[in-house]
Amino acid sequence: MLGNGDHVRPAYQDYKDWLDGEDVKRLHRKSAEAEAFFRKTGITFNVYGQDEADERLIPFDVVPRVLSAREWRKLSKGIEQRVRAINAFLYDIYHRQEILRAGRVPIELIANNAAFLPQMIGVNPPGGIYTHIIGTDIVRTGDEEFYVLEDNARTPSGVSYMLENRETMLQMFPELFAKIKVQEVSNYPGQLRRSLAACAPQKCEGKPVVAVLTPGIHNSAYFEHSFLADQMGVELVEGHDLKIVDGRVAMRTTEGYTAIDVLYRRIDDDYLDPLNFEPHSMLGVPGIFDVYRSGGITIANAPGTGIADDKALYSYMPDIVEFYTGEKPLLENVPTWRCSEKDELAYVLEHLEELVVKEVHGSGGYGMLVGPAASKKEVAAFRAKLIDNASNYIAQPTLALSTVPIFTKKGLSPRHVDLRPFVLVSPNGISITPGGLTRVAMTKGSLVVNSSQGGGTKDTWVLEE
Amino acid sequence: MLGKTAASLFWMSRYLERVENSARFIDAGFRISLTRSASASDEWSSVLKSSGVIAAYRKKHDDFASAKVIDFLLRDRDNESSVMAVMKKARDSARTARTALTREVWEATNESWMTLKATMAKPVKEQDLPETLGLIRQQSALVRGATLGTMLRNDGFNFLRLGSFVERADSTARILDVKYYLLLPSVALIGSSVDNVQWETILRSVSAHRSFRWLNGTDISAQAVADYLILHKQMPRSLTFCYAKISDNLNYLDENYGRESASGELAQEICNDILSRPIEAIFESGLHEYISDFIAANNRLAAQIEMDFNFQDRIG
Repeated sequence: MLGNGDHVRPAYQDYKDWLDGEDVKRLHRKSAEAEAFFRKTGITFNVYGQDEADERLIPFDVVPRVLSAREWRKLSKGIEQRVRAINAFLYDIYHRQEILRAGRVPIELIANNAAFLPQMIGVNPPGGIYTHIIGTDIVRTGDEEFYVLEDNARTPSGVSYMLENRETMLQMFPELFAKIKVQEVSNYPGQLRRSLAACAPQKCEGKPVVAVLTPGIHNSAYFEHSFLADQMGVELVEGHDLKIVDGRVAMRTTEGYTAIDVLYRRIDDDYLDPLNFEPHSMLGVPGIFDVYRSGGITIANAPGTGIADDKALYSYMPDIVEFYTGEKPLLENVPTWRCSEKDELAYVLEHLEELVVKEVHGSGGYGMLVGPAASKKEVAAFRAKLIDNASNYIAQPTLALSTVPIFTKKGLSPRHVDLRPFVLVSPNGISITPGGLTRVAMTKGSLVVNSSQGGGTKDTWVLEE
Repeated sequence: MLGKTAASLFWMSRYLERVENSARFIDAGFRISLTRSASASDEWSSVLKSSGVIAAYRKKHDDFASAKVIDFLLRDRDNESSVMAVMKKARDSARTARTALTREVWEATNESWMTLKATMAKPVKEQDLPETLGLIRQQSALVRGATLGTMLRNDGFNFLRLGSFVERADSTARILDVKYYLLLPSVALIGSSVDNVQWETILRSVSAHRSFRWLNGTDISAQAVADYLILHKQMPRSLTFCYAKISDNLNYLDENYGRESASGELAQEICNDILSRPIEAIFESGLHEYISDFIAANNRLAAQIEMDFNFQDRIG
């Protein structure tokens, strides 16, 4: 909330004026109300490997994160550029592979990468779009400095929290929204549906039938899957609801089988099709990939998009952006050491205590080392793992992440945050919902914002001009 | 609508109905155990039979002490049909069918589960039992109220209603099946206080002891009780009432889908063949056989509904 120096960022000024006039007791009460509301609504997520407390709430903080219209314009331009480059990169990597020929990305990085799907080579996804739904993770380190932390181009989650957080804030503090004009987010589900429908495959006849594919009620993000299906007014299907009928993927309804045109899948590539990928998967649909290749269905995001947000490729993103857009990247990458390279590994081993080391294929904040926060023992254990399998890791400096206040028992207190704006891509263009999901590390000083590691969320405001 | 969604709605309301019926059974059994401790064991044993869990109970316990039976029926993890286990299944079904439910129905179901889970986190003490059973009935009423008040009258609503009435018919029939010998004329000594209490227990298990009196005064006879539970058109837990609702909802579905389903036909058959006999004829041909036939026919109908509306994928 405070900018460089100790002034209140201008975007927060109106909110701060309101807050100064508020009774702390009322805020505490509202804060408790919000929790009861989330629990009742079932806005929970499941944590793997924890039998008893199998459904948990993501902590919600009542203090919004505020961005000015100007800041947002700058950010969204940068994100749009990056997303355009990612789609171009995916097309290239599954076709002529110019970027490899040009030597801008090493070939081994693709060839030996589990996220690269050779089955996708030569496949033309409808509308030429690979990644339809993206959640770009951004961190801020100063008034004008934003970095992209991760691109999340396969199956980003969290958009339901963005929407429910706003709903909750509107319910709790309606007067605030009368006073401060905030850009809408509630049209996201409508845009998502339109955006998916615009990518219907050749074989679609009439109005495109869209469905959301979920692994089921035990998946950690099931709430979001059902929320999105509900809000879009489309069916929420599981693998066992689907089968191939007359060369199309069809869902079993009370009146027989109905063909699906666009499937927004929320399961990983590996589990999508036991005939073409992981043979033991019970979640997917046998033969769906063959239907996909023959233009019978659009799968969003396309299989094989994971190669674009792979952490091993992350450090090449500035080159990728430049290669395909011919422009300098508008958003910066966090400096990254590739542990696969000898010199860089040496540097990382020397500076482990200062660095964040991540697994190349990990996600959700698992399997990472936050040097400054780790004990000597943890650092030593990690060092051994790193030496053992260096190419499995990358390292980044711990950034001086900006903080935003949260409301604690003792009043306002600063916490580190990141931001995940949600991007939709269709042949009609790229649209980014103003704001996104702000994730916040609930523990003082912590840099880990992942909900699986106890991180919370906040409503994110982009002010009207 | 997806076949799976229809199945989840059907089962969600079956489970909710089952939870509510269990509360009624426990209530009736508990009353007997308080007022007539000599016959408490028999009563608990028939409650366990009506709930279909007597075998599982015997595996674990040797006697029918009230505290053991109550805990087993309410929350024992070894009992797949305990109130808590069934409530969990109802909530899981509701989550699976979340997109077909209104926010109110989902929240009422979710809150019921949370409330019951908290209330039954520890064994329920005997002095707290009436309150707990009251809470279960109240939570069921909330879900039903939300359903009737907010759901669009579409196919989803029809599947919810079908689940409730198929389960309810099964439950009423099971009570009659377990207690049929009390209703036979040879055993029934009219006016004897023993049987009056037993009959009252049967009526209490379906929350009908008061409505029965409004209609029949104090004139309780075995035949009148059986007639009330099987054939009475206005009694909301009678077999005839349930089947009138089942037929209606199957008709709505057929109308909606523009076809005639085998289950609609079967329900009509059950109404015509089984539920149109006068009570005298039922007693003459044997109450026990009659009830067994009905339970089997009701199960056949449930299976036919599952087939007709593609609850599962059929091979071929």
